[in-house]
Amino acid sequence: MSAFLATVRRDLLLALRRKSEVLTAVFFFVIVTSLFPLGIGPEPVLLKKIAPGILWVAALLATLLGLPRLFSADHLDGTLEQMALSPSPLGLLVAGKILAHWLLCGLPLVLLAPVLGLQFDLDASTLGILTLALFLGTPLLSLIGAIGAALTLGVRGGGVLLALLVLPLYIPALIFGAGAVEAHIAGLDAGGHLSLLAAMLVVAGFFAPWATTAALRIALE
Amino acid sequence: MLDVSGLACSRGERRLFADVGFSLAAGEWLHVQGENGSGKTSLMRLLVGLSPADAGEIRWRSEPTPSIEFRRDLIYLGHHAAVKEDLTPLENLRLAAALDGIELDERAAMAALIRLGLRGREELPVRVLSAGQKRRVLLARLLTRPAVLWVLDEAFNALDVAAVKLLGELIAEHLAGGGMAVLTSHQPLPVPGGKALVL
Amino acid sequence: MRQSIIHWFKFASPQSFYPLAGRMIPWFWAATAAFGIAGLWISFFVAPTDAQQGEGYRIIFVHVPASWMSMFIYLVMAFWAGLGLALNTRVSGMMAQALAPTGALMAALSLWTGALWGKPMWGAWWVWDARLTSELILFFLYLGFMALQAAIDDPRRADKAGAILALVGVVNIPIIYFSVKWWNTLHQGSTINLTKAPSMAQTMLWGMLLMALCFWMYSIAVALTRVRAIILERERHTEWVKHAVE
Repeated sequence: MSAFLATVRRDLLLALRRKSEVLTAVFFFVIVTSLFPLGIGPEPVLLKKIAPGILWVAALLATLLGLPRLFSADHLDGTLEQMALSPSPLGLLVAGKILAHWLLCGLPLVLLAPVLGLQFDLDASTLGILTLALFLGTPLLSLIGAIGAALTLGVRGGGVLLALLVLPLYIPALIFGAGAVEAHIAGLDAGGHLSLLAAMLVVAGFFAPWATTAALRIALE
Repeated sequence: MLDVSGLACSRGERRLFADVGFSLAAGEWLHVQGENGSGKTSLMRLLVGLSPADAGEIRWRSEPTPSIEFRRDLIYLGHHAAVKEDLTPLENLRLAAALDGIELDERAAMAALIRLGLRGREELPVRVLSAGQKRRVLLARLLTRPAVLWVLDEAFNALDVAAVKLLGELIAEHLAGGGMAVLTSHQPLPVPGGKALVL
Repeated sequence: MRQSIIHWFKFASPQSFYPLAGRMIPWFWAATAAFGIAGLWISFFVAPTDAQQGEGYRIIFVHVPASWMSMFIYLVMAFWAGLGLALNTRVSGMMAQALAPTGALMAALSLWTGALWGKPMWGAWWVWDARLTSELILFFLYLGFMALQAAIDDPRRADKAGAILALVGVVNIPIIYFSVKWWNTLHQGSTINLTKAPSMAQTMLWGMLLMALCFWMYSIAVALTRVRAIILERERHTEWVKHAVE
């Protein structure tokens, strides 16, 4: 467990020394969501209707932005090799890296979402559901994305390939995440959607670090 | 302790080596020699368990590898710097130890850095150090990480005369304490004794 | 232990699998033709005109089998991939690689015929209905699998990485399947339901089953042909391939 926490601390410390890389994803999220009203028009009813989808798609793409860096830096300087040979289980270290990725690329989006939701005229309770859905959904995105990042490690055209592999797997998260907010706006109970999102998070939490570890070992061969 | 037999490896269609075998007991070391491209690094990676062998068997304390116990006893330093450029040498050492699940206090880490001649550099980001100094930061791990088997791939590269001598001393001390080492290099090594394996 | 596995999986070695596949291929092609002719005959001449949908419904004789195959092939592909990962048999990875293009073809065919069916039925080429959307996701999964394998130079690494991707993707297959129940949309309910009485005429069911068998045989024949090509390509430096090609 101490190795897990040490990995999280290490990745956070590294990000702290290179702040720009983290901020890029956050700015991307802000800019993309702000572009939609400019492209579609300022009509509040329409904007309110499409807000959940826009915020979720933007969050999806923003998470994707940070994924290629998840393992590639450690791969290039050889620290990933050292992790693979460490007496600590690689799965634990990988889980730590995924958590750090979420804290850096996912959590800021969750915290920003209520502010950006105001641009779309969402009321307080809807903003609450949106934030909750993103809070459950963005770790899922980090977990699934890590598998893709490990599979495309050191592969030609890795970044684009990563998007091709990962985006289809993100679709269930998108559907239920945006669906929860839409259901709430329509006056229905969002609980079912959120429960499914939470269930997927639990499944991915067990499955994804394991698959990522297997993929990393293959990439290191 | 380390028993290797019938090891074979190919890269693509080319057979690099076949039927490589050796064994090491406490206090012994192996010098792997060969031309460029003869498969020295591939052998090292097979040995530590990073890549699978086409054939053959590697046993550590009579158990097949890779096992957790083997990883606990092993330290492998390859071609890569394997240090984080944005962190200081001190942070690098302590975080690497933490990832390995080892408690390393600042005094012990400092002592290792001083032994490697990095006094006064411990708070600088590794980025500003020279290639040889980065290598020394990595070599400091040999002191902070208790391991029985040292697998060092071209560890003497990029080191100046003093550092080559120092590393030779470190290896000799390690062997005298019952350790083992597998080293690759083109040049003769400043370590007495040792078995030789030519690929 | 190792010896016994090799003995049991004698045909897991490319050298013995290559001629076996070669002998089987003509039989599968013959079966494809037989089932295809019977299936097409039933679907065009025997099956009655549908009361609501007219003649246009006949496209389901291609659409439904193609959809079934696209999902089934993914499962088979994941099975081979998993087997290759677990037992380290080389042919397994090659089988997975050989199946992917056929699976993608089936998914594309299913989407295309779905659109052709949708135009007269719903008045639109594309509707965002649950099953069409899942089929589209499946198509993307196939493309991702093929792109990943193509991007990795070392075939052994490509096989293993593809295997992990296929196994991760297979988690999506139940979601695709049960999405019909999760979402209530435009699409008709599942056309064949084993628990309830079939909602279609008996002859329609026969036509669909025969066409499914035809697609099945075709997929096997094509996959075996492709796997033979992959074996030759990967083993081109070995002695037996030089003899086999002469």
